Amino acid sequence: MAHGPATLADGWRAYIGRWVFTTNHKDIGTLYLWFSFAMFLLGGAFAMVIRAELFQPGMQLIRPEFFNQMTTMHGLVMVFGAIMPAFVGLANWMIPLMIGAPDMALPRMNNLSFWILPFAFAILTSTLFMEGGGPNFGWTFYAPLSTTYAPESVNFFIFAIHIMGASSIMGSINIIATVMNMRAPGMTYMKMPLFVWTWVITAFLLVAVMPVLAGAVTMMLMDINFGTSFFDAAGGGDPVLFQHVFWFFGHPEVYIIILPAFGVVSQIIPTFSRKPLFGYSSMVYATAAIAFLSFVVWAHHMFTVGMPIAGELYFMYATMLIAVPTGVKVFNWITTMYKGSLTFETPMLFSIAFVILFTFGGFTGLMLSIAAADMQYHDTYFVVAHFHYVMVAGAVFSGTAAIYYWLPKWCGKMYNETMGQVQFWVAFIGFNIAFMPQHFLGLAGMPRRYADYGLQFADWNMVSSIGAFIYGGAQIMLLYNVIMTIKFGKPTAEEKTWEGAEGLEWTVPSPAPYHTFAKPPEFK
Amino acid sequence: MLKRAQALFLSLLSLVVLLPLAGSALAESTASQLNMPQGVTEVSQAAYDIHMIMIWVCTVIGVGVFGFMFYVMYAHRKSRGAVAENFHEHLGVELLWTIVPTIILIVMAFPATTALLKVYDTDNPDIEIKITGYQWKWQYEYLGEGVKFMSELRTSDDEVYGREPKGEHYLREVTEPLVLPVGKKIRFLVTGNDVIHSWWVPDFGVKRDAVPGLFTAGWAKTDKPGTYVGECTELCGQGHAFMPVVVEVKEEAEYNEWLANKKAESVEYASTIGKEWTSEELMAKGEGVYLQSCAGCHQADGNGIPGVFPAIKGSPIALGPQIGHIAVLIDGVAGSAMQSFADQLSEVNIAAVIHYQRNSWGNDVGDVTQPIDVLKYKQSK
Amino acid sequence: MSTDASNRRVVVKSLFGAAGMFVFAIFVLPPIYDLFCEITGLGGKTGDEYTAVDVRVDTSREVRVRFVASNNASMPWIFKPTKDSVVVHPGEPTEITYFAHNVTDEDMVSQAIPSLVPNNVADYFHKTECFCFENQPLAAGDKADLKLVFIIDPDLPVGVNSVTLSYTIFDITDRAADPIAQL
Repeated sequence: MAHGPATLADGWRAYIGRWVFTTNHKDIGTLYLWFSFAMFLLGGAFAMVIRAELFQPGMQLIRPEFFNQMTTMHGLVMVFGAIMPAFVGLANWMIPLMIGAPDMALPRMNNLSFWILPFAFAILTSTLFMEGGGPNFGWTFYAPLSTTYAPESVNFFIFAIHIMGASSIMGSINIIATVMNMRAPGMTYMKMPLFVWTWVITAFLLVAVMPVLAGAVTMMLMDINFGTSFFDAAGGGDPVLFQHVFWFFGHPEVYIIILPAFGVVSQIIPTFSRKPLFGYSSMVYATAAIAFLSFVVWAHHMFTVGMPIAGELYFMYATMLIAVPTGVKVFNWITTMYKGSLTFETPMLFSIAFVILFTFGGFTGLMLSIAAADMQYHDTYFVVAHFHYVMVAGAVFSGTAAIYYWLPKWCGKMYNETMGQVQFWVAFIGFNIAFMPQHFLGLAGMPRRYADYGLQFADWNMVSSIGAFIYGGAQIMLLYNVIMTIKFGKPTAEEKTWEGAEGLEWTVPSPAPYHTFAKPPEFK
Repeated sequence: MLKRAQALFLSLLSLVVLLPLAGSALAESTASQLNMPQGVTEVSQAAYDIHMIMIWVCTVIGVGVFGFMFYVMYAHRKSRGAVAENFHEHLGVELLWTIVPTIILIVMAFPATTALLKVYDTDNPDIEIKITGYQWKWQYEYLGEGVKFMSELRTSDDEVYGREPKGEHYLREVTEPLVLPVGKKIRFLVTGNDVIHSWWVPDFGVKRDAVPGLFTAGWAKTDKPGTYVGECTELCGQGHAFMPVVVEVKEEAEYNEWLANKKAESVEYASTIGKEWTSEELMAKGEGVYLQSCAGCHQADGNGIPGVFPAIKGSPIALGPQIGHIAVLIDGVAGSAMQSFADQLSEVNIAAVIHYQRNSWGNDVGDVTQPIDVLKYKQSK
Repeated sequence: MSTDASNRRVVVKSLFGAAGMFVFAIFVLPPIYDLFCEITGLGGKTGDEYTAVDVRVDTSREVRVRFVASNNASMPWIFKPTKDSVVVHPGEPTEITYFAHNVTDEDMVSQAIPSLVPNNVADYFHKTECFCFENQPLAAGDKADLKLVFIIDPDLPVGVNSVTLSYTIFDITDRAADPIAQL
């Protein structure tokens, strides 16, 4: 029989067994990527329901109670089911290849980390069909809406969060151990690819703050079921405590989302500029600075809750400061391109769009940090626009860039460049039509999580919905492109798919053999 | 291929440009607004000013940075024959773009700080209003004046669900607005009754979270009479989008007259409470109260939503003893979303809606609940 | 050290770190938060029982203290301050009452939670006696005059001339009967 991994030719029992029991980092990376894409489509479906309802004023399709479930589930599924697992998938595939390791440090824990995720999200999605409906309190689930006033399914929501958090923690431990202990000889820390650096730093953030989220939902669980009053003023507790604990997790969480995306872009831009990344050490220090600062700015999500002015000023100043290391990174990417020899294949298009649109989102973030102005922005569509610019045009574009960039290495087939570029433009245009008007909606006074709105908000809502449908279509195009490439793409066996690519992953054949670097490579 | 892509791009672009126009034909909306309002208070003006400063700073930086980037994308293309250089470090330029942004931020911190100090200047008010967020309406209490009332959305369910055309003030109209005088400093004490809400009036620049168990303070003082509309800005359940804020600022004399009337109303009301109402009067009034205050959950047809909100049609409470039915409205039902309406509806309204519920949709109890019965329950035991 | 052993070390350290953060979130953050609120007066939480020391009464200053009452959710009691506001000198002990009436036909227990505005002067508002220090049980139909004795600290920052003290009453009848909730 074949010595390689089981294929369909070996019978479906062997094939399924391969995927269920695999400890191979490439297989597990593939599992994470397909799972995250399915979750991305699920979260996208929820978004389509939201935007369809908001297409016109009035309630045409669903009731407000269900709308609140849609917004909540859209956020939860996208953040925890789509973006985070997608980047974990990239980490699994690429980190061992990039550092010349044969696999991850803890392959069996790697398998467990993945397989509990479909279980968690099946539980979470099933709540939509329970009596009383699914979670309807926003992905930020503030108490007491999420405790005293929660639907019956809230305990399942808490269970799903715990499982998903355990997956993230285990995955992060794996990444830290792999990078600390299994680099090829000669690869010192300051010679690691930046994608590895950003993931290591992200992994430390995850180990530090996922347990805080677990703490928050555990306190919720106790308040709901065991009569404690962490968040209940009646018993001496405080709903505002929930916000502090949640955002102590929540702010580092958004950096957890974006740092690996920074890493991807830091790999792609040098390749298509045919020039080394500018300012490698600053990029590492800037990433570390961003990670450190992310711990001490959480209350900028709470500027209207009535903090004493000293606290509010402190959080404003600290948040403004994050613009500095982030700016450093943007300047470094552009300077990498400067005096390079640029080509604009699909991964580069997405990466350039990332730099422009993420920076734009960074600007609105800086505006949000100004507490006095935030009185007018907080909880409006201005915030929704901001985080979609940084998370979608940021993280998702970066993830898409990574797919086009590394797909030839994963499956040994080249994607169709024209189709890639078309998909890019549809995504880019759809995204901006969907989310640019939301800035105006917020400034004009439309709050977020609104199932319905006054007539003065009708125009921009209609435009935004149309853009959202276009952007959704672009994701189906992406799926099509990926499947067509795997099935019918032009075979490519080259090690170095891209002319300007550097790094150990480009020294192995395409598709990458099932086992690579059984012997550590020489690295200079 | 390129031409096709260009054609596609252009057609999409024209769609973006034309659609807002199409949209405005459909919806009777005011001109699409693009920016934050300057508002009518010092605080709203401060927020607007710092907002504009930030926009300008970011625009200048953005144009500079992206302009440079587009230039690089043009000038250093491989297809133009560019050959890559190899440099990848330059301490001087890296220090420069670390230090210069830091300085820009420090400079911006000054106006940002003075603006925030204005937001916090709640001391020494002339008038204090206690604002309580309920699911899903606001209660306004003029402290020291004995005036207290609920302010609920006036737009009907029929308009929301498309059974009737939407009025001009769709979702921007309430049963009773908050009325304030010009020229006086008003302090708002905001709290929540059940879950966290948030009281926001953009034209005042005031947004304060309404947290159960604690009070937050905001303030406003304006010289401009007018009607100012705001929103609830913290997710609070199904009615989150349906509890707007409407403030009417009046000249002082008008305000004093209004306040005097409100005080007189509560005195006059007390004298009508002993009157005996007919079934027809109660049914007519009760239907209005039901649609306004109950139908959101229990539905216009009394069937509720299975598993979420109980039906009143055929309900053991609506068909049982009158005293039990009154108790549900006055005491609420602990551990459920059914709150006490004792504070929110007058005895007349409670009696009317109880009568309506007991005699509609096939419920045929036939008894008559008088306001005095409700008052007696409240005062009794 | 072998790679396996190094990996094991990383796992053990990370798990300790994760467990530590979990403990931190549940057992350290809430008490730190409470302490922080006490020190800074955030949320307007006035402090615990205050032992009066001899201070001079500052007769040159007057502060208006306004009283507000609020019922949480479906709390059916009648609850209101007997006086809308008083004008006091800092340093001068003052007594006022809140009227409470349990209008139902069940015995109930309530808890009053204070909140002072402006929040940052909560530190200067001392209560030597307050009905909010304890649960308030009231039998069915009973009424009570709940006492509060307070002193405003003479060090009250200059420029503060009016404060508003609000109490929200919560129905804790179930909680008061539940032994676990007492923790």
